[in-house]
Amino acid sequence: MRGHLGVRFAQVIPTLLLVSIMVFCLQQLMPGDPALVLAGEERDPEVLEQIRRELKLDQPLVFQYFYWIGNVLQGDLGFSWRIRQPVTELVATKLPVTLQLASMAFIIAVFIGVPMGVLSAVKKNTFWDYLANGIGLAGLSTPNFWLGIMLILLVSVHLGWLPPSGYVPLTEDWRQSLATTIMPAFVLGNAISAVLMRHTRSAMLTALQQDYVRTARAKGLSEHLVVIKHALRNALVPVVTLGALELGTLLSGAVLTEQVFSIPGFGKMIVDAVFNRDYPVVQGVVLVTATVYVMLNLVADVLYVMINPRLRGA
Amino acid sequence: MAATRMRSVLLLAALAAPMAAPAALAQSGPAGTLRIGLDVDADALDPTLSRTYVGRIVFNALCDKLVDIDDKLNIVPQMAASFTWVDPTTLEFKLRPGLKFHDGTDVDAAAIKFNMDRHMTMQGSTRRGEIAGIERVEEVDKLTARIVLKAPNVPFLAQLTDRAGMLVSPKAATALGADFGKAPVCAGPFKFVERVPQDRIVLEKFPEYWDAGKIHLNRVVYQPIIDGSVRQANLRAGSIDMGMGFLPNDAVDLGKDNRIKLFTFAGLGYQSLTFNLTNGTRPRTPMMTDARVRKAFELSIDRTALIQVVYNGLYTPIAQMVPPNSPFYAPEVPPPARDVAKAKALLAEAGVRGPLAVELMIANSPDARQAAEVIQSMAAEAGFDVKIRSTEFVTALQASDKGDFEVFWIGWSGRADADGNIWNMVRTGGPLNASSYSNKEVDSLLEQARAIPDVAARRALYGKVATQLHQDLPLMYVFSGKWIMATTGRVSGFQPVPDGLIRLQGVRVQ
Repeated sequence: MRGHLGVRFAQVIPTLLLVSIMVFCLQQLMPGDPALVLAGEERDPEVLEQIRRELKLDQPLVFQYFYWIGNVLQGDLGFSWRIRQPVTELVATKLPVTLQLASMAFIIAVFIGVPMGVLSAVKKNTFWDYLANGIGLAGLSTPNFWLGIMLILLVSVHLGWLPPSGYVPLTEDWRQSLATTIMPAFVLGNAISAVLMRHTRSAMLTALQQDYVRTARAKGLSEHLVVIKHALRNALVPVVTLGALELGTLLSGAVLTEQVFSIPGFGKMIVDAVFNRDYPVVQGVVLVTATVYVMLNLVADVLYVMINPRLRGA
Repeated sequence: MAATRMRSVLLLAALAAPMAAPAALAQSGPAGTLRIGLDVDADALDPTLSRTYVGRIVFNALCDKLVDIDDKLNIVPQMAASFTWVDPTTLEFKLRPGLKFHDGTDVDAAAIKFNMDRHMTMQGSTRRGEIAGIERVEEVDKLTARIVLKAPNVPFLAQLTDRAGMLVSPKAATALGADFGKAPVCAGPFKFVERVPQDRIVLEKFPEYWDAGKIHLNRVVYQPIIDGSVRQANLRAGSIDMGMGFLPNDAVDLGKDNRIKLFTFAGLGYQSLTFNLTNGTRPRTPMMTDARVRKAFELSIDRTALIQVVYNGLYTPIAQMVPPNSPFYAPEVPPPARDVAKAKALLAEAGVRGPLAVELMIANSPDARQAAEVIQSMAAEAGFDVKIRSTEFVTALQASDKGDFEVFWIGWSGRADADGNIWNMVRTGGPLNASSYSNKEVDSLLEQARAIPDVAARRALYGKVATQLHQDLPLMYVFSGKWIMATTGRVSGFQPVPDGLIRLQGVRVQ
C-alpha cells in the first residue's frame, strides 16, 4: 500500500509541472499583445515599451516561464496586471464564492434529479415518466445564460422576489447571501439535475428488477419502503459516483453563470482575465484549479485503496 | 404521514421566508446610497496607473482635478480657483484655499509638483505620454504653482481635466507606494471605503469637501455588471439606481419603460474607416495609393442609412474628427450625401475596371459585423467587392499597428480638445497614425493650433486640417457616437457631460 501511494504522490509533481507548462504555452497562443490592452487607448510607444519591460514581456518565453514558476514555487502567483493586486489574494477571495455556488447547485441538483429519477422509474411509461423525461430533456438542452436571463426577467424584474445579481458573503448576512445565490445555483444545478435524473432512473429500473426487491415485496413490505429503502439505496451507488464527477462540471459551468448573475467568483475572474490578457490571473486560477483536481484525485485514490483491500498489494 | 408532510411544508416556508426579506432590501439601498451599474470592472484605482473609461467614472467621485469641463466643453476651475497662460509655455494655477485630502492633509502647490513628478516617474505610469510636454513645475507660493512646458502646447490644459490633473495625497502615495490603488486617498467629494474586485467599489461622502453643498448622497456603490441585458434588468428591478454603457438597442427597450429616465447625449469621439496608405509591407492597392478611389468608396456609403440600420438612428453622421457639439467643429466640412454615379465616375477616372477587391478589417462585435455588412452591400453598388475580415479586438489593434490591413473599422472615444482627436492619428509619425499618412501642410497646421490659446483661431486652423483630410482621406469619419445612460425614477439631478463621465454634484436619490 505504501508503495502504491508513494507512486501516486510522486506522479502529482510531474502532473502539476505539465499543467503549468501547458497553461503557460496555451496562453501564449492567444493572439494579441497584452501590452496593447494595458497601455490604454493612447498606446503611447514609450508606455508600451515600459509595460513590456516591467512585465518581462520583452524576455524570451523560456525565461518568462521560469521566472513565473520560480515565484509560484515560493508561494507567489504574481499580481494582476489589470487591477494590480496579488493573485493569491484574489484567489483566496474568489474561491469560497464559487465553492458556495457549486455546493448549492449540487444540493439543488440532487433534490430535483434524484426524486424525479425515482418517480420516473417507479411510474415507468406513465404520464409522470414522460413528464420527468421531458423536464430532464429541457434541463439538459437549456443553455445556462439563456435560463439565467429569463429567470432574472421573471423572478427579479416582473415579480421582484429576488435581487437580479450581485453577491453577499454567507458570513456577512446569510439570508441576503442565499437570496443572491439561489437563482444562479438553480441555473447551474439545472443541467446537472437532468443528468442525475437520467442516471437515477436507469439505476432504479435495474434495481427494481433485482431478486432482493422481489423478496422485499414478497415479505409484504409497503411499496414506499421497497422503493426507498431497498431499491434506491442500491441504485444510489453509481449515482453518487456520477455526482462526484459532475462537481467538476459545476466548477466549469460557473464561468457562464457567474458572468450572467455578476457573482464575483472564480469563473467571472477568469473570463475577465482572458479578455483583458491578464496572464498572471489566468495562469494562477488554472494552476490552483488543476491542483485542487489533482489533490482530490489523490484523496480518491487513497480512499479506494483503503476501501478495496485488493489494491493494497499493488 | 400528514404530520411529516406538514413538517416539510413548514420547513420549506421557513427556508423561503428569510429570503423574501433581502429581496425587498435589494429594491432600495441604505438612505442616500446611489448604486451605479458599470459595463466592466474598473482597473487600478490610481490616477497615475489607470487606463480605463470606467476607472475614470469612479475617479470622478473620488479625485478632484485641477480643472474640469462643463457640458459645453468649456474648461472650468475645479481644485484650482483660477488658471492663466502666463505665456505660451507657462500655465499658472492658483488653488482654492483650505482644500483637504481625504487623510486631512492640505492640498497645496507642493502636491501639484508631487503629482506631476509621480506621473512622470512612477513605474507603470500611463500618464507619462499625456504630460510629456512638461519641462518643470515651480511652486510660486503655498497655493500657486506654475507648469512650464517645453514648447507651446495649449491642448495640454485639456489633459488636466482628466486623470493627469487629479491630485492624490502625497503623504498616502508615499506611504502606500505601488499599493496606493488599494486604498486611494484624493480630494474628491467621496472617499474610498472598500473594493471587492469584480463585485463592488464603495465610496462615502467626504464631509470636508470644498463644494459639499452640491453633494446630496451619502454613499456611492459601483457594481460591474458586464452583460447589457442583465444590467438593464437590474435597473428595471431597482437593484441599481443608474446604469451606463447601454447600446442603441437597449435604449429602445429602456425608452419604453416609464419608470426609467433615459439619457442619450452626444459624446466626443468618432467611428472611422482608416485606410492604410503606406503602413507596413502589404502590396499596394488602388485604395491605398489613389485618393480618388477612397473618395469613390466614401461616396458609395450612406452614413445616415448605416446609422439608421445598425444604431437605430441614434448617432450623428460626420466627416471630420470632432462632433458638431465641439467648439472646434468645422461646418464647412459636412458629411457628403451618397452619390453612386459620381463614385463610379471617380473609379473609372482612376482606371479601375471591374469590381475592386477591398479587405475591411473589423474588431469582432455584433454591431461592427452588421455595420461592415451594410458597407459591403452599399459599396458593391459602386463597384467595390468588400471582403470582411473579422478578428478579435487586440489582434486587430496589433494588425493595425503593423500595417497588416487595407481598411480598418475603428473608433476613438474622444477628447474635449480637438488636438486629442487628431494629433496622434494623422501627424507624420504619430503613434496612432495607422494610415502612415504624411502631409507637411497638415503637420504645420496642427503645430500652429497647439500654440494659439484663442479658440476661434484654433477652430479656423482645425477647419483647414479637416478640409485637407477630407480630400486626402487617410480616414473616413463615419459618425460620432452617443453616450447612453439611464436611471430609475428615484434619481434626480444628473447632468450629462459629453465626456461620458458621471458627475455626482447635484445628484439626489430618494
